[in-house]
Amino acid sequence: MDNIAIKADKLTKRFGDFVAVDAITFDVKQGEIFGFVGANGAGKTTAMRILCGLSVPTSGTATVAGFDVYKQAEEIKKNIGYMSQKFSLYEDLTVMENITFYAGIYGLSDKEIKDRGAELLDRLGITAEAKTFVGSLPLGWKQKLAFSVAVIHRPKIVFLDEPTGGVDPVTRRQFWDLIYEASDRGITAFVTTHYMDEAEYCGRVSVMVDGRIDAFDTPANLKKQFSVNSMNEVFYQLARGAKRKAD
Amino acid sequence: MNTAVLKQLFAFIQKEFYHVFRDRKTLLMLFGVPIAQVLLFGFVLSNEIKGSRIVVCDYAKDYGSQEIIRKIEASKYFKVQKAALTHDQIEAELRSGNIKMAVIFPDHFYNDLSHLNKAQIQIIADASDPNTATTLTSYLTSIINDYQAEALAQTNVSQTIVPQVKMLYNPELLGAPNFVPGVMALVLMLICAMMTSIAIVKEKEMGTMEILLVSPLKPYLVILAKTIPYLLVSLLNLAAILLMSVYLLDLAIKGSVLLLFLESTLFIISCLALGLWISVGAESQMAAMMTSQMSLMLPTMMLTGFMFPIENMPIWMQGISYIVPSRYYYTIVKAIMLQGLGFSAIWRETLVLAFITFVLIVVNIRKFKIRLA
Repeated sequence: MDNIAIKADKLTKRFGDFVAVDAITFDVKQGEIFGFVGANGAGKTTAMRILCGLSVPTSGTATVAGFDVYKQAEEIKKNIGYMSQKFSLYEDLTVMENITFYAGIYGLSDKEIKDRGAELLDRLGITAEAKTFVGSLPLGWKQKLAFSVAVIHRPKIVFLDEPTGGVDPVTRRQFWDLIYEASDRGITAFVTTHYMDEAEYCGRVSVMVDGRIDAFDTPANLKKQFSVNSMNEVFYQLARGAKRKAD
Repeated sequence: MNTAVLKQLFAFIQKEFYHVFRDRKTLLMLFGVPIAQVLLFGFVLSNEIKGSRIVVCDYAKDYGSQEIIRKIEASKYFKVQKAALTHDQIEAELRSGNIKMAVIFPDHFYNDLSHLNKAQIQIIADASDPNTATTLTSYLTSIINDYQAEALAQTNVSQTIVPQVKMLYNPELLGAPNFVPGVMALVLMLICAMMTSIAIVKEKEMGTMEILLVSPLKPYLVILAKTIPYLLVSLLNLAAILLMSVYLLDLAIKGSVLLLFLESTLFIISCLALGLWISVGAESQMAAMMTSQMSLMLPTMMLTGFMFPIENMPIWMQGISYIVPSRYYYTIVKAIMLQGLGFSAIWRETLVLAFITFVLIVVNIRKFKIRLA
């Protein structure tokens, strides 16, 4: 069981009569890149908030990095990284100040901050920009920096909520290289995305429709199962049956 | 708090200070506005006193009155017009704004002074501009004192001239030095409530709040880190306002400075709590700013008694004023600064303020928890 990073069993979240997440069951292996796709309003964000310890489920069970989502939210938070669809660095702080801040709130020591900060700048090739305000960096750099900062405390799992929104294809490709590198280092990546070409990059993909997981397998198997050539078509076939309107 | 938590808090507070010191608009709000307000309210009101027109009614026309009138005429503060006006005429002149003050020497002024060693001078001032009225009166009194000192040196007999000062239209001199406590309440409210609410809503708008909530930071740490910088800046501002009042506006602090700072800290905490409360509800920085202005700044200006006396307001407005924290703070500051009173005189206000603060903090903690669930 050691190599399971996230495990959900009949995980459900209701808001009054509305079932946002409807008994979803899945598991994510350590080091896997896991794609979490679905139309707007399908329940992805709610599910992700539960797994991040921000929201308590109504029923079902789930463990993240071995910790229970009901009782051990604090432990979960220490072991995950998170990058949201909104750009999440402070534009009026320099690159290094952002690194110091995020590393600081995750409790890294001064020496760790210095070493990992230097290593991060080196890997992204922006050592010369350490004292540049983040606001003046190009968007692609910002996204890559945001990802690197999200994993600076070496979490077991990193949650990426539509991380490549508004980024050009070349940068998106480079961004995925960073995710692969993190995965090679054993970090599990839990990625939500609207781009079906990105779903192809994932090890396994789950497709949410109306709060349920309607499909869950490797991209190759899913394509075989639906007898189509691309994840795009898989998604389209599933999403067409949705009753909920996107909000 | 263990050291790890302190380190997290420190990293966060450091970041907050970067935000504060890098944004010109924030800096201007934090330091420019308070200074400008003190100077505007203070200097502009109190400095235009040179060459004030006064009327002198000399019914005595003797050596003593002539001597004093000569001194008054020599002073650069007064432009003297001599006329024997009746009381009604004097009032008419004051009302029309032709003169700021009237000085009346009664019959037998010098006679009384040299035989009884005691005489009276009546001073009637237009106190609708209380700053000017007090300043003019004190100038005049010092001229009279001057005359007495000279007379004492010459004759070796101590003579007393008793100025009978009458402040027309605003006998309690509401408004004059009162503006400093008022500005203090206003500025602290502005900085603490408005700037805190904006700072928090900004994190929501930018999407960084999510990251903070997902991090192992405890929510109370987020709140502490967001408020501590503004608490420090506010105390700094308080010190600056007090220094300006003492050295630029010659308004001495009569009571205990320590007590003043302690009471101010209590008020600041209540303002910070108000700011937090606003920030939980507001979705944009604009909304936070508007809410702060409408629900905090206006009541502070209108309902604390600093611009308009509360006693003259309709009952329902007086009722509202009881829940405005600045009202109590204003009373407290006035008591300490202007009247030199101690804690025993203001414990009731302190208690009410503490109660309001406590309720606000409880409400905030509950709201914050609901939002997390």
